[in-house]
Amino acid sequence: MAEPKPDLDTLPLKAQASALDFYYGDFQALKKIDMPIYEKRVTALIGPSGCGKSTFLRCFNRMHDLYPGNRYVGEISLHPDNVNLLDKSVDPIEVRMRLSMVFQKPNPFPKTIFENVAYGLRVRGVNRRAILEEKVEEALRAAALWNEVKDRLQDMAFNLSGGQQQRLCIARALATEPEILLFDEPTSALDPIATASIEELITELKQRVTILIVTHNMQQAARVSDFTAYMYIGELVEFGWTDDIFIKPKNPQTEAYITGRFG
Amino acid sequence: MPHSEHFSKQYDSDLEDVRSRVLQMGGVVEAQILAAIECFSSGDTERMTEVTDTELRVNAYEVDIDDLCVHIVARRQPAARDLRLIMGVSKAVTDLERMGDEAEKITRMARLIHERKGPQIPLQAEVRRSGDLAVAQLRRALDAMARLDPDEAERIISEDALIDTEFRGILRQLITFMMEDPRTISTALEIIWVAKAIERIGDHAKNIAEQVIYIVRGTDVRHTGKERRRSATDEGA
Ligand SMILES: Nc1ncnc2c1ncn2[C@@H]1O[C@H](COP(=O)(O)OP(=O)(O)OP(=O)(O)O)[C@@H](O)[C@H]1O
Ligand SMILES: [Mg+2]
Repeated sequence: MAEPKPDLDTLPLKAQASALDFYYGDFQALKKIDMPIYEKRVTALIGPSGCGKSTFLRCFNRMHDLYPGNRYVGEISLHPDNVNLLDKSVDPIEVRMRLSMVFQKPNPFPKTIFENVAYGLRVRGVNRRAILEEKVEEALRAAALWNEVKDRLQDMAFNLSGGQQQRLCIARALATEPEILLFDEPTSALDPIATASIEELITELKQRVTILIVTHNMQQAARVSDFTAYMYIGELVEFGWTDDIFIKPKNPQTEAYITGRFG
Repeated sequence: MPHSEHFSKQYDSDLEDVRSRVLQMGGVVEAQILAAIECFSSGDTERMTEVTDTELRVNAYEVDIDDLCVHIVARRQPAARDLRLIMGVSKAVTDLERMGDEAEKITRMARLIHERKGPQIPLQAEVRRSGDLAVAQLRRALDAMARLDPDEAERIISEDALIDTEFRGILRQLITFMMEDPRTISTALEIIWVAKAIERIGDHAKNIAEQVIYIVRGTDVRHTGKERRRSATDEGA
């Protein structure tokens, strides 16, 4: 509201979900989702437990492919090349190179701090020490962790605090230079200070990547996101500028949810 | 707007509390303005102290309601219409407090006018009429706030022009008196202050009506002409 918001048509798209259905076997968890993901913006997914936020997020990196019986209908196109990342002919490994996921609980590998961040690069065949060192430092700096760990890169990652571990996971996700970062409740296991530092980080990161974040904390969605999507039982009820959703939502169901009323 | 309840009953009752106190404060201010106009008409000094005493109550309401609003913001982080209600109510409270100040101004002028010996200006009826109009606007604005009725609020806003017209009429007549008899100038200037205070009260009533539209529809109609107000509210509907 403070700044005039640009016209949505003029914003570059990073991805677009179109008529997306998703089934866990016979159970339909997503129903005809149409949703734009704008480039270098933060989009928050909110909605009651079980509405399909995580399911939607996992479609983006094809995590559901790991289980037989899961089925996608419709598409998610990734821009600028406009490739449908759900297409069977598209290699999920390829997709996962372009998107990185950060989970609710920090999940560092049982390796050193350095090797945690270098992991994705090694998988991609990067082995030259000098390049690894450069990329690891860059990722740790981007994740606002460098100053705290630069003298202990060979320590085990588990020795870090919860908030530091989460930033390490973000550094690990950033090292491979993904186009989209996916966060599934990234701060629900963190204290308020660590949460604030992750939120600050998300705001900085959107200069370089597009971010999709699931959060149960409505104030967090209001603080960090440019766009908010409200989902309910597998459907997208309302999508819009975060300011509009939190000040003047169009849909009464959205309003009931964000104001804490009975729907 | 539909009034489904919050999961938190305490939250519901806190919001209700704010709203009802604003309406109470509005009632007090309305009585204060009526008393001020009465002072002007009659020169009744008893009522002058009544207006001044009421001022303290109005100020106390303002502080109290602001405090309630700050607590709700801090504890509940209101969103959407709850947020708009808190914002709209805080602004309405400021308007009500200013109306109280205008009422005081009217009584101060009334005292000067009635204490002065010399030629009187027979404009009591005109000033009274515009005062009654302003009070009626306030009463309707409070009613629109109580019922959260944006259509009524729109009518109030468009009828503010009536008070402005009355004000210009009084001004014209006063100029005529002053030109005909310069001894009336002091009194005429004081009557201008009274008429202006009444006109300001009408403006504040209009502001409250604008807040009702904001609370219900989420559209900010301040500083918009009639045309823009229409299109803004159409969009929000
Ligand atoms: N592996 C699975 N097999 C079958 N059904 C599943 C599976 N995972 C999730 N579901 C169902 O799909 C729906 C959406 O689940 P999802 O985990 O996406 O919800 P969510 O919005 O992320 O909820 P929460 O806020 O609790 O994390 C739910 O009804 C859930 O029970
Ligand atoms: Mg989930």
